[in-house]
Amino acid sequence: MRKPLSIIAGAVALGLVLAGCSSDTGTTDPENANQVEVFTWWASGSEKVGLDALVKVFEEQNPDDEFINASVAGGAGSNAKAALASRLEANNPPDTFQAHAGAELTDYINAGQLQDLSSFFQENGLTDVFPESLIERITVDGAIYSVPSNIHRANVVWANTQVLTDAGIDPQAAPADIDAWLADLAKLKAAGVETPLALGTEWTQMQLFENVLIADLGADDYSGLWTGDTAWDDAGVETAIGHYGELLEYTNSDFAGLDWDAATQIVLDGNAAYNVMGDWAESAFQQAGWTYDNEYTTWATPGTEGVFDFLADSFTLSVGAPHEAAALNWLTTISSAEGQKAFNLAKGSIPARTDTVAADYPAYQQTAIKSFGEDTVVSSLAHGAAASIAWSGDISSAIGKFGADRDGDSLLSGLVAAADKAQG
Amino acid sequence: MNKGYRNWGPPLLLIAPTIIVIGIFVYGLIGANISVSLSNRHSLVPATEFVGLDNYFALFAEERFIHSLQNLGVFTVFFIVGTMLFGFIWAWMLDKGVTAEGVFRSVFLFPMAISFVASGVVWRWLLNSAEGDRASGLNRIFEIMGLDFLQNAWWSEPGWGMAAIALPAIWQLAGYVMALFLAGFRGIPEELREAARMDGATEWKLYRYVIFPQLSPVALSALIIVGHMSLKVFDLIMAITKSIYQTEVPATYLWVALTANDYAKSATIATILLLFVAVLIVPYLIYTARAERKQR
Repeated sequence: MRKPLSIIAGAVALGLVLAGCSSDTGTTDPENANQVEVFTWWASGSEKVGLDALVKVFEEQNPDDEFINASVAGGAGSNAKAALASRLEANNPPDTFQAHAGAELTDYINAGQLQDLSSFFQENGLTDVFPESLIERITVDGAIYSVPSNIHRANVVWANTQVLTDAGIDPQAAPADIDAWLADLAKLKAAGVETPLALGTEWTQMQLFENVLIADLGADDYSGLWTGDTAWDDAGVETAIGHYGELLEYTNSDFAGLDWDAATQIVLDGNAAYNVMGDWAESAFQQAGWTYDNEYTTWATPGTEGVFDFLADSFTLSVGAPHEAAALNWLTTISSAEGQKAFNLAKGSIPARTDTVAADYPAYQQTAIKSFGEDTVVSSLAHGAAASIAWSGDISSAIGKFGADRDGDSLLSGLVAAADKAQG
Repeated sequence: MNKGYRNWGPPLLLIAPTIIVIGIFVYGLIGANISVSLSNRHSLVPATEFVGLDNYFALFAEERFIHSLQNLGVFTVFFIVGTMLFGFIWAWMLDKGVTAEGVFRSVFLFPMAISFVASGVVWRWLLNSAEGDRASGLNRIFEIMGLDFLQNAWWSEPGWGMAAIALPAIWQLAGYVMALFLAGFRGIPEELREAARMDGATEWKLYRYVIFPQLSPVALSALIIVGHMSLKVFDLIMAITKSIYQTEVPATYLWVALTANDYAKSATIATILLLFVAVLIVPYLIYTARAERKQR
């Protein structure tokens, strides 16, 4: 009895070993030039709807090509990134993969895993239809490595008009700078709103901090932080840390444990007046049945008027892509006016192109499209556009520490150390 | 010769798959991990040189890593003391004889059937640190009961916050430690107690000199099992707080480093964790091996 069992067990174990050794070929065929394998973490919700809309346009534009969905769900992209890293490591890249536009691509570029798309941008006239400041932000050493599919804005204050009116504050008049905003926050607190500013977990703190940095440094000096032109021990950074510390005094005490949607919910519940969040928060207000400029309103974070703090999803072309021609077709669809419209209407973001017809979009997006066309574009830190993953991870940790101990000197030295490490 | 082969051949053949699989997937990968930790592979770019123990020195010079070790220390102390204490008390009370012992035994053991992730999601809500109007979870219960002074920030509290994370872990594993101790109690023959009582031992002396010495192997096993689980804690923290600075332990820091493509750093943390667990486990293995040899 014992022997046969262990033989079976051995056979099973051997089978597992063999299965582990054989490579996962998936469903793509490298010989078939008409396939394109697209790797994303858009597997559910509005992102999946957006991807489906995009695929529909792609199939209309390229009836011969077959779209192969290689999306990996879960962990807000972290699962997908881990799966992608192992595929790239094994020299089995998908034809094109999703990544945040900007500095988050640095690691892939340095590892020689992305193809230069500058000539693709020239041929398709994309340098003319994408805003110049956006092109500037995604150009690395004279080369462009990804095609943005959608733009989000990270410097938006979402305000509950009822709460503001009750405290005698005009919801339509945005405070001119952080100091004016702090005065309003104090007014709200005096009027009985215990926690006028809603805040969430570490990355939302990082996003609030980057907003304060932009407000106190201005767009140029803020962008200089990432290129080394602005020193991290600049007086403006110290002012920003001071302001950020004061803002935290007005936040809900349980912020460390809340995801962004829970923080936005505090505004919806009327327990807070403001929440600084990216424009994906729009969907939360829509779901609550609120109308823009009536129950809620938005403005650029005080002090950042005229600046568009951008983050974008984008698609790349892998080195060694098995179906390069079809992948270029995919990138063409993504960058086309049609493709961007289909995708962004479904996902709730805005197109990267300046020739967008704003009237096609809902009220909030119209304001974002207008600003995107006129404002100075800067890169968001909290969403991978400004700094490499390792660098933003170090900054995130320093800000998380500040959230617990409120030690401004330690935050400043942490930021300086992170910059020294990242910029070598 | 032929006979010798017949003696050791078939058993070897039978365990060969296990040896090969463990050799590759456990020891081989430990070796690969250590070799990455000794390289300068801090990004997707392949390693270019051997840097010796530099990554280890760099890590221990980092305030962030030290902070994660402190968090782990606080968690481990509260987790071990909590599970051992409650486990022992429950086992002792059950051993004293209660009606419906089976019911209590199951009730205490049930939490173990839940995964850390599932209980973490529930405890994330129970340990919500909001107070006053927006309070939920335990803080809400305190408020309803008029025990407002008990409301606190739980794991958001700097310094001792990790003790709050130990609560769900204690809740889950105290029952398991109870089962171990209960088995230990039941393993002590009734005659020994009777003999001690005949000799006029007080109840305290009976425990001190008869029961406790016989329970010490059980206590050691429980300590090792709970201790090594504590060092590896990851899923519970990810479920309750996600990977944030405040509740960072080496295992979650490892994950953060890995997702930032810093392979050398994450391999270094993994090796350090392995060493920690080895420090705990290896003496125990040696001890049990010796004890078994003695029994033979």
